[in-house]
Amino acid sequence: MKFQEIISRLPYSKPFLFVDEIIHIDEKGVEGTFTFDENLEFYKGHFRDFPITPGVILTETMAQIGLVCLGLFLLNDTFSKNTSIALTSTEIDFLKGVYPNEKVTVFSEKIYFRFGKLKCKVWMKNTKGEVVCSGTIAGMIV
Amino acid sequence: MEKEIIIEQLKEIIKPYVQEKEAFEALTEHTDFINDLKINSANLVDVILDIEEKYDIVIDNESMERMLNVKAAIEIISTKLADKI
Repeated sequence: MKFQEIISRLPYSKPFLFVDEIIHIDEKGVEGTFTFDENLEFYKGHFRDFPITPGVILTETMAQIGLVCLGLFLLNDTFSKNTSIALTSTEIDFLKGVYPNEKVTVFSEKIYFRFGKLKCKVWMKNTKGEVVCSGTIAGMIV
Repeated sequence: MEKEIIIEQLKEIIKPYVQEKEAFEALTEHTDFINDLKINSANLVDVILDIEEKYDIVIDNESMERMLNVKAAIEIISTKLADKI
């Protein structure tokens, strides 16, 4: 499956699509990027007069790239418009802030994909190559 | 392997995923993982992977779908262990 085809099949749209490009994908993992546009709505309130990307959004970005893109790739044709997916667990450490207009790269390594559940080790780096957050995320077909 | 031993080992495996502590304390063969212990379907996958590791067996999709209570789990574990010998 081509990178662009995977992104077009994601069940998200703006303002809640947090995948710009996929750099690499195979059965073992994925690498992709997203740039946080300064006009994203949540910056108006998080925090007031001090915009910084919320941890839940960083988690969501890692889930969309690291888990959903990889899941789509692994499921290939068995993933359809009627397939519904759910986030089932996250355990993330946050190490550095991500500010408006920053570009991040998400890396994900499959821990297992069994019985419809995908669990991955994920981490995010900024353009300086520093890890900004890392942990494990799991989701499944419901 | 004796049923009582498997039940004790199962309790160790499922303990971290249980939401209903009282149902867990009173666990019997008829205890249902989802309805009684409130283990969600995502964690049930982890329970099954832990069972695979503990007994060095492979649980297929069909067994996974049947493994909803303690009794079914014991049956599946016992059958898979017998197949190994």
